[in-house]
Amino acid sequence: MALLEVRDLSVEIATSRGTGFAVRGLNFALERGQTLGIVGESGCGKSMTALALMRLVPENARIGGAILFDGEDLAQADEARLCQIRGNRIAMIFQEPMTSLNPVHTIGRQIAEPLMMHRGLDAASARAEAIRLLDRVGIPEARRRVDSWPHQLSGGQRQRAMIAMALSCGPDILLADEPTTALDVTIQRQILTLIGDLVRDSGMSLILISHDLGVIAETVDSTVVMYGGMAVESGPTARVFAGLAHPYTQGLFAARPQLGQGAGKRLATIAGVVPDLVDLPAGCAFAGRCRLAVQACRVAPPAPQDLGLGHSAACLRLDAAREPAA
Amino acid sequence: MLLWTAIHGSHGIAAAIPREPIAVQIAAGAGVSVFLFRRFLTFLGTLVGASVVVFLVLEVLPGDPALIMLGTEAQADTLAALRKKLGLERPPLERYFDWIGGLVTGSLGMSHTYSVPVANLILERLQVTVPLAAMAITLSTALALALGLYAAARHNRPGDYGVMAFAQLGIAIPGFWFAILLVLLFAVVLGWFSAGGFPGWGDGFWPGFKSLILPASALALAQAAILSRVTRSSVLEVMREDYVRTARAKGLTRRRTLIRHVLRNALIPVVTIMGLQLSNLLTGTIIIESVFHLPGLGRLVFQAISQRDLPVVKDVVVLFAAMVVAINFLVDMLYAAIDPRLRLHDD
Repeated sequence: MALLEVRDLSVEIATSRGTGFAVRGLNFALERGQTLGIVGESGCGKSMTALALMRLVPENARIGGAILFDGEDLAQADEARLCQIRGNRIAMIFQEPMTSLNPVHTIGRQIAEPLMMHRGLDAASARAEAIRLLDRVGIPEARRRVDSWPHQLSGGQRQRAMIAMALSCGPDILLADEPTTALDVTIQRQILTLIGDLVRDSGMSLILISHDLGVIAETVDSTVVMYGGMAVESGPTARVFAGLAHPYTQGLFAARPQLGQGAGKRLATIAGVVPDLVDLPAGCAFAGRCRLAVQACRVAPPAPQDLGLGHSAACLRLDAAREPAA
Repeated sequence: MLLWTAIHGSHGIAAAIPREPIAVQIAAGAGVSVFLFRRFLTFLGTLVGASVVVFLVLEVLPGDPALIMLGTEAQADTLAALRKKLGLERPPLERYFDWIGGLVTGSLGMSHTYSVPVANLILERLQVTVPLAAMAITLSTALALALGLYAAARHNRPGDYGVMAFAQLGIAIPGFWFAILLVLLFAVVLGWFSAGGFPGWGDGFWPGFKSLILPASALALAQAAILSRVTRSSVLEVMREDYVRTARAKGLTRRRTLIRHVLRNALIPVVTIMGLQLSNLLTGTIIIESVFHLPGLGRLVFQAISQRDLPVVKDVVVLFAAMVVAINFLVDMLYAAIDPRLRLHDD
């Protein structure tokens, strides 16, 4: 049995303009110790998916489907049970280390908090453990830094402190939502390396959410490409990147900036904009921007097509997509 | 930065990439005392400014203080005697420093109408006004924090609407009228409290305390109403912060998140308004003390003004100013206690 199995997950958001579908019919499974990447552009539902797994979606959002964690459906769990799981067995790090730490508590206190709550440590041993964790995530002079306020740390150090906090109770799953997006490029690499090391050392599973294909390609075992709240392509990372089956994945891949591309050359883009989640098209969400779209694409969302070895893509025009673009 | 890299670069994981620099950290203790010292200087400066204004308005601007005190019908020799008694024939600068010296040493001169030292008069009245103000602010703060948190936790639900309706009512009702209603209900109908007066602290704590309950409630109502609205909106704003989501992701319950992560961050605007309200409260005592016949500072200044007892007016006004400035100083210190970021980056 997979450690985490997501079945037909949906997140509906009630807005003043009607119901928005942030996530629709999402399925994936995560084995213990495995790493999974969710990739897509802004507004594709990847962050909402992460929040849904923690049941931390905004109050106007409703979750559907099943989130089977170690056999238990978190979509049905009550608040008290969720509080036992959050930060303890599933931990999360966020995109903005600047604003994700509480400015009025020292980082030591913030790291000690889940330890005292979930592990029942007293203040002194929680503090000692916080120092050990800060040291583990590579913060120099951890013994002194434990009493620092968040504003006294740099962005990279704050993200390290966030990671220490997420790791404190030895979670089964680490959810990392764009953990490096807000950081300098040089720091991004260090943080990703750190997360990779920690995942390997502790044997926990990782769900890494990113819009950066390079980050995904290097970090995770399997990949889900999301668009318009749905998985358009998924499978082992190597196969997804070698196959690039879905026209959207192809577009995403073509749009990434590359070194040595030549100065003055424009980056390739995917024409059009992300569909409005409140007013989604009846068919494939990508049809409006797809160079291969035909009438059938606009009728109903295409079902995932099995491409073998766990690789699948939800597209009716996979054959046409295989031909190089004219 | 170069120096930093030189010190710390050696034990970095990736030597080629400089590790993120540690933000320059001033020793926390030094930062706090610098902050307090600067705030204290501002405190003193404001106090001197206030005393100059009071002195200028009452003693230097055209118009004879003795004539104001005795009225236009006064005899010339009486006027001259009072001028001499008040020391008005001396140069203003000398009089000002005499006055300030007196304020510092506690010898404040004599009240014209009561013929007792102003210092005694003020000390006696403070025993009513300070407990009254303290009770009112404690009551209003406790009420406001509880109601504000409750309303925010039940945002857009009936509990929230109920609190907001109470707040609206509290703001709309004038304090003196509410005071009269309180007297009607609790003194006249129920007979739990006396309708006014103050027995003093001589008979122990309870009789004095009891006589201040109704006036303090009357003072607290409007304050609590405003403060609960401020608390509610501040809490609602903080609840949208990323670190609140972090706290929830750590497994904290809603209630615990509210108390441990939201409340303290939400306190800054609350404390600001509280400071302003305390100043208002002091002036509010002038009316409420009159309604309840309390021998407090507010009533003293009211009577002194109507009896043109300028020495009393001058000293009480400067005392009020000092209290307001002291409250602001206290608020500044509270800011620093609440938010560590304000300890180093003031102004």
